[in-house]
Amino acid sequence: MSEFAEFRAEVAAWFRDNRPPEPDFLLPESFMEVGTEQQFEYLRAWQRKIWEAGYLGMAWPKEYGGGGQPQAMQDIVNAEMARQKVPFVPNTIGLNWAGPLILAIGTPAEKQRYIKNILSAEDIWCQGFSEPDNGSDLAATTTRATRDGDAYILNGAKIWTSLGSYAKYMILLARTEPGSKRYAGLSYFLVPMHTPGIETQPIRKLTGEYGFTQTFFRDARIPDDCLMGKEGEGWKIAMMTLTFERGASGGQAGGIARQALNVHDTVDLARLARRDGRPAIQDPLMRDQLVRFLIEDQGDRLTAARGAIPGLTSERPHAIPLSQKLRTSEHRRRLLQFALGLQGANAARWMGDANAREGGKWQRAYFNSFSSTIGGGTTQIQSNIVAERVLGLPKD
Amino acid sequence: MLSNRISFSGEQGMLLETAVGFCRERSPVSAVRALMGGADGFDPAVWAEMAALGWCGIAIPERFGGSGLGLAEVATVVEPMGRHLMATPFVSGQIAVQALLAGGHMALLPRIAQGAIATTAVFERDGDWDLAAIEATATRHGDHLRLEGVKTLVEHGGVAEIVLASVRLDGAPALAVLEGPFAGRMRAEAVIDETRRSFSLDLTGLEIPTASLITDPAAFIALRDAALLLSVAEAAGGIAGVLDVTVDYLNNRTAFGRKIGSYQSLKHACADILVGLERSRSHLYHAATLCGANEDAEVALRMAKAEASDVFANAGDRAVQFHGGFGFTWDCDAQLYLRRALWLQYSFGDAAHHRRKLADLLLGD
Ligand SMILES: Cc1cc2nc3c(=O)[nH]c(=O)nc-3n(C[C@H](O)[C@H](O)[C@H](O)COP(=O)(O)OP(=O)(O)OC[C@H]3O[C@@H](n4cnc5c(N)ncnc54)[C@H](O)[C@@H]3O)c2cc1C
Repeated sequence: MSEFAEFRAEVAAWFRDNRPPEPDFLLPESFMEVGTEQQFEYLRAWQRKIWEAGYLGMAWPKEYGGGGQPQAMQDIVNAEMARQKVPFVPNTIGLNWAGPLILAIGTPAEKQRYIKNILSAEDIWCQGFSEPDNGSDLAATTTRATRDGDAYILNGAKIWTSLGSYAKYMILLARTEPGSKRYAGLSYFLVPMHTPGIETQPIRKLTGEYGFTQTFFRDARIPDDCLMGKEGEGWKIAMMTLTFERGASGGQAGGIARQALNVHDTVDLARLARRDGRPAIQDPLMRDQLVRFLIEDQGDRLTAARGAIPGLTSERPHAIPLSQKLRTSEHRRRLLQFALGLQGANAARWMGDANAREGGKWQRAYFNSFSSTIGGGTTQIQSNIVAERVLGLPKD
Repeated sequence: MLSNRISFSGEQGMLLETAVGFCRERSPVSAVRALMGGADGFDPAVWAEMAALGWCGIAIPERFGGSGLGLAEVATVVEPMGRHLMATPFVSGQIAVQALLAGGHMALLPRIAQGAIATTAVFERDGDWDLAAIEATATRHGDHLRLEGVKTLVEHGGVAEIVLASVRLDGAPALAVLEGPFAGRMRAEAVIDETRRSFSLDLTGLEIPTASLITDPAAFIALRDAALLLSVAEAAGGIAGVLDVTVDYLNNRTAFGRKIGSYQSLKHACADILVGLERSRSHLYHAATLCGANEDAEVALRMAKAEASDVFANAGDRAVQFHGGFGFTWDCDAQLYLRRALWLQYSFGDAAHHRRKLADLLLGD
């Protein structure tokens, strides 16, 4: 890695010097909780600045606005952003799910049209997979796309659409073959959100914040070149999208998608919190718990490193990528749940309270941790995937 | 920030491949069960093959008849041994090798490289894991030392030619390098892992030359580090082994008209064990990397031991439960792994013990 030592130093200096000024409003924790214009514009400008400096999409092709550099350099940038805890970049769905998908299977025209504006945050992307009646069971999708000449007419509703209020495009899974069941008959679209007949309605989250919408389609007419791949290939393309979303495949543009409180912040919190008149970090039970989390966190860091060594992954090559979301999302949820308890009676405070630790960020972070244990496929569904596809156990 | 380095050499890759095949062929569970009933707990012919493969000398410098590799390579071959419940004197001998090397006591290394059986005797009746809490003593008598005390849980004591026993000399911990025969001094112990052979060793009345005592504290650290690393390697292999046994049963047994593996309370537990296996292997090869590079590996080793021994103990426990009534029988292989897991959990410190040590190392006092 020493070949990149100079680059690492350059990146560290750039983020130190260019970090945006602390805003006078509370920033959301991740791309899923962007709820006000103010928050959105601040984060969008920040993404644009990083891209202009050449630190986003470094490994994407030059011709579409990327850097044409080794992935290792983008990895360095991502790690540095996390280390310096700079604000996150908001166009996660474009950068890390839709973008790599378009680069992998899109037509040259699609790449030309979408990729650069994903990087610059000119075009924000959202995802229309889940429906009010079908979430985990994605194959039950009922939203219809009916062919009409050189167009498709969309009808139905999607829900939990993160960034739905700000998005210019949506990756959409819809049924093109009337009467078809399950996996067959589904198709995949890149949909302009400003199409007449598409409407979004913000939904308030458990924290009181906003960030996702219900998205209604009422005879919304989109040109037929919005179809990605062929009719009937929707399921296959949706599954591929999920491998990017869950981090099971590489090719993401990079950046960080959240400003997370981590295990080291929790250790620091334990130094400040009190138990029996002493710092909580001196309490034997708290220490045992903290060490458990440190071991687990280190285990996942090491597992990421081991994943790059074929000789140590050959028996079950999918074990590490397919378990990654399950491992890290559940770790974070339990860590933050524990971190509340560390605060003693003050754990009961909430955002906005003058005496809440760090403005109630810890409480908010615990609640928001469910975004990863539910969104993108729940823990229960991830456990099924690991058991069935990695261990070869039977389906339910 | 802790290092997250893992290196895995081409040599390790080849060793792993050879060892995976060797252990699978030489140690089917039928052989494991047959050896459980025998006196020594291992097959001398298999042991001779292992020596002939050069494994006993992996970590011994070339000038003493070994191949000059290190502990990382040793751990690599131990992982598949754990998976197939092998119980040869390989691990106990390799722990002794590390202590001898660190203590600068090279004379016996050529014999060990050839397959002489060696072991360590560092525990006593009270079962304290603290390697410095030693009651056994050495006292000077001219140019000799006279030993006194009883060591326990000495693996393969019945066939060992070389034993490193911890004693106190003038209050300070030291390792007495003993050469057999130990007739009359070794007494068989009944232990939870019936694939293993364990003995108590009565030191009282033994006399050794002063030169046979290692007083360098580095030898204790090397002994502890090797014991932890190889225990983690055995456990990581064991988790994979018991997961295979469990998954196989879940794929074949039917209840209520469905394969029991289709019930989520069983299959999600298996997914959790897989997650534990992945983390354990990562900790293992990271700790092996640091040990192999002679870097301070204490944090890495204790983390690895805490993770792998807890995961293995839980995987063995779930394996029994998920086999139903059959799981409660002697014939079900789940118990073999559970016994192995508990042996490993409680040798050289259980998970809670290592977490307490880690708390002091990582969080301050
Ligand atoms: C913060 C957030 C952001 C999101 N953003 C988006 C987005 O941008 N675009 C989008 O399309 N979707 C988004 N989602 C939706 C998300 O993908 C779904 O919520 C998720 O897949 C679960 O679907 P559901 O809500 O219908 O729950 P259900 O499927 O109804 O599940 C309810 C409960 O039943 C369990 N369950 C369901 N099936 C099984 C089974 N077979 N075995 C065991 N347990 C089962 C689940 O684990 C869950 O606990 C987001 C969700 C959240 C929380």
